[in-house]
Amino acid sequence: MIQMGKSVSSNWIKGLSYLILFSGLWIMILPFLWMISSSFKTLEQVNEIPIRWIPTEFHFENYLEVFRVIPMAKFMGNTVFVSFIVTVVTLMICAMAAYAFARLEFRGRDALFFCYLATMMVPDQVTMIPNFIMMKYFGWIDSYYALTIPKFFSAFGVFMLRQFFLTIPRELEEAATIDGCSRARTFWSVVLPLAKPALVTLGIFTFLGEWNSFLWPLIVTNNVDLQTIQVGLRTFQGEFGTQWNLLMAGTVIAELPIIALYIFAQKYIIAGIATSGIKG
Amino acid sequence: MVVLLKGSNKDLPVAVWFILPSFIGFAIFTGIPILVALVLSFYDWNLLNTPKFVGFENYDTLFRSDPIFMKVLWNTLYFVLGSVPLSIIIALFIAVLLNQKLKAIAFLRAGYFLPVISSIVAASLVWKWIFNPDFGIINDFLRMIGISNPPKWITSTAWAMPSIIIVAIWKNLGYNMVIFLAGLQDIPKDLYEAGEIDGANKRQLFWHITLPLLRPTTFFITIISIIGSFQVFGQALVMTEGGPGISTNTIVFYIYQNAFVFFKMGYASASAWVLFFIVLFFTAIQSKIGKRRGAL
Repeated sequence: MIQMGKSVSSNWIKGLSYLILFSGLWIMILPFLWMISSSFKTLEQVNEIPIRWIPTEFHFENYLEVFRVIPMAKFMGNTVFVSFIVTVVTLMICAMAAYAFARLEFRGRDALFFCYLATMMVPDQVTMIPNFIMMKYFGWIDSYYALTIPKFFSAFGVFMLRQFFLTIPRELEEAATIDGCSRARTFWSVVLPLAKPALVTLGIFTFLGEWNSFLWPLIVTNNVDLQTIQVGLRTFQGEFGTQWNLLMAGTVIAELPIIALYIFAQKYIIAGIATSGIKG
Repeated sequence: MVVLLKGSNKDLPVAVWFILPSFIGFAIFTGIPILVALVLSFYDWNLLNTPKFVGFENYDTLFRSDPIFMKVLWNTLYFVLGSVPLSIIIALFIAVLLNQKLKAIAFLRAGYFLPVISSIVAASLVWKWIFNPDFGIINDFLRMIGISNPPKWITSTAWAMPSIIIVAIWKNLGYNMVIFLAGLQDIPKDLYEAGEIDGANKRQLFWHITLPLLRPTTFFITIISIIGSFQVFGQALVMTEGGPGISTNTIVFYIYQNAFVFFKMGYASASAWVLFFIVLFFTAIQSKIGKRRGAL
């Protein structure tokens, strides 16, 4: 932040900063360390006081046991499927609408866009109850339809992509039109490739949001075979609340994919938050 | 509205195809439900009986004769006031420290950010154990430093809400920190150089340059933190199920409970509209006072 010579005071400040930052980091990751450590222990060792951070022996079989005790494979499969489908379809639908709002001329465009923006202020909990009732009437409770279809239509996604499309120079599209491309063709082969960073960012946040989604899957699924991992872990905690070692193994399995995604997509995630305040 | 409807209509035939998929879904799953929720809030309906129109009775009950809802509002306010200022101050402090020429910045930032991407269910499960009065890390530590009778955390009515607040601070810190870091990097370096030439020390630079120039960022973070915190749910359900008693029962938990446990659809919708007006109030402040940082 402040350029200083290699003075004593500057070194002293840096040293203190490191001390504070690493102590803080330790507190931040402690829960994760406990989660991993417990996932390798026996139940008796989880209850041990004082806490032994590195288990005396590693019970890798906990990770197999959790698949036997709860339908872990089913939970993970459902979560991967739902997150993937929602991400892909949301991107398509949002990109198309966003393009129309950014580039096409038709009457009522800005009024309609304003309606999209206005609904972003309404908390999900307001629409959740009518949507639940609708799912009941459609007979979609306990189906992949309820888990995916209502999630396809993100007003925020349309807003974010529209803002990005507006920054793409019109000349590039006009050149394509002169070459005889239709609007659809221009959108597909000129606009979408240029919008890759925005699409990737929206895709990552949609995926993260779906993976961690809890309230909606909780209310539209009762059947264990259709539950996602978040709901599954919560059910598991209620029913087998005492087997903390297995529960933690399950939690590690649930967290690994998003931590991996974070490691690979850190750049997009940080930039996405810093520029648009987007939340997963 | 009339003005908005003016203009060329030349792309309408193609625009229809681009917008239709989004528009249909948006109308079915957002537009209509908003209207239905409004209508529903004037009815008494448990999904089985015929919906009965009750006028403003649901709202009347909420504010006049439901002592639980008053406690729920108070709990939510307690949560917001407890978590928002602390998570902002700590995030700013960490961001300022990270904004120096340090080694291992990427590593540190990633570590602080980890709780943000982790799921609230996973986080709540782990913290539930950390707060365990008998075997948890926190009380183990407190006993180690000589506190013989540490708090009972999530099993005590007095400490359950502070426990949930601690989890919220831990989870949101990294998010606020990233936005603060972006704000800090936008502050022109020459302002600091000018300040140093004038003989200002680091503390003065912070109070007279960093903090004032960071004000739009701080404002933005404050508003979105408040809005997000009013909607706290995951911790309350997984860690405490709203308890002990109703000590961690928050607005969204109460909506969830009324709608999906007691099936009081009208009453839950009315509570959801109360939440909407609280959120709307802070959104209005945001768009009135703050510059929108929403655009990419």
